[in-house]
Amino acid sequence: MSKNTFLVMREIVIEEQPKLSLEELCVACHVTPDDIQDMVDFGVIDVENNILETYEFDMHHLRRVRTAIHLQQDLEVNLAGAALVLDLMDEVEQLRTQVALLEKQLKF
Amino acid sequence: MEYKDYYKILGVARGATQDEIKRSYRKLARKYHPDVSKEPNAEEKFKEVQESYEVLKDPKKREAYDQLGTQWQGGQEFRPPPNWGGFSGAAQGTNFEGEDFGGFSDFFANIFGGQARQASGGRHRRHSADQRGSDQHAKISIPLEDAYHGATKSIQLQTPEANEYGMMQNKIRTLKINIPKGVTSGQQLRLAGQGIPGMGRGPAGDLFLEIEIQPNRLFSLQGKDIYVTLPITPWEAALGAKVPVPTLGGAVDMKIAAGSQAGQKLRLKGRGMPSKAVSGDQYVLLQVVTPPANTDVQRALYEKMSQEMPFNPREKMEHS
Repeated sequence: MSKNTFLVMREIVIEEQPKLSLEELCVACHVTPDDIQDMVDFGVIDVENNILETYEFDMHHLRRVRTAIHLQQDLEVNLAGAALVLDLMDEVEQLRTQVALLEKQLKF
Repeated sequence: MEYKDYYKILGVARGATQDEIKRSYRKLARKYHPDVSKEPNAEEKFKEVQESYEVLKDPKKREAYDQLGTQWQGGQEFRPPPNWGGFSGAAQGTNFEGEDFGGFSDFFANIFGGQARQASGGRHRRHSADQRGSDQHAKISIPLEDAYHGATKSIQLQTPEANEYGMMQNKIRTLKINIPKGVTSGQQLRLAGQGIPGMGRGPAGDLFLEIEIQPNRLFSLQGKDIYVTLPITPWEAALGAKVPVPTLGGAVDMKIAAGSQAGQKLRLKGRGMPSKAVSGDQYVLLQVVTPPANTDVQRALYEKMSQEMPFNPREKMEHS
């Protein structure tokens, strides 16, 4: 479980920056550790040192793994394609934010 | 409950071949896939498309659906015909666990509900008697001010649950949650044990809540930093001034140096999104606004400036 601060309200525990173990990531995404290793090999997620067993995954990893699984299942994209889609989506998102900022500046 | 016109949703004719259905599904799934689509209501539309394909790709389900007849319109109030015996397909495949098929309509649950627990949800494993419930993922859209100050929000979640007959039904539950201050766009919060209830003695799954911050009229968010465009007068830019700047924590006075130019970026350290580690900064982009010359006096002032201050802003544009 998380080593970060907990906020408790009506017995609902909210973790702001949760960290996940390999097992928790697998449970959350309904996959096996081998699947996660494949995702690391194809660049869906980056894991320093490549030692999955002790790695603390964050929400960014969870999002990428989940999206890769959805792309595989719903759109029949393979892992290499999913990694590419994810990288391009990140870039598009970054550009969208910048464009929105610039457009706002021009409106004044 | 509302009748769902699965053919219309997939944009195919009633007599469409399995290949046509598959092609149309793939196209629409790409268009509305919630992970990639920016279409409004993408998630809702994607689920409709998935539900339609779930029925039409399976000849047995499609046949059962076709038996309802052609007199129904999408959205029309639907009651199963009196002689309707429900759907009893082959009980093969993986279990219906909620996360992905949870969004299927009551119409689907009613027609195929008897079989829903064995619906072919490729995303899920079979489970034994006691199993941890699935994690649930949801998004919450909040104003930037709430992200800055923190807020208490109520969210409604649709959770599929088995009723006493083992049929899946969508239940609405309301959660009141504390949004911690300083959350950023795309950040996920984990609410332990607030996901789908477990089977048997299995614990409930977790709820992952993704924060989406609504665009703000004044402030733009980039990571933890806030950007704001500040209109100033030509004399404030030329002579320097102290001007009030809005920040999410209230207005602060900012010194503008003499000789400032439009497009310059000034930093208000620590005035961005709050954080336990290092708070973000607020960047102020200067925008010089020229006042209109509507009266003779105003025009004379501009003319005097042009005489007293010969200035060519296009100097660097000249070709050699």
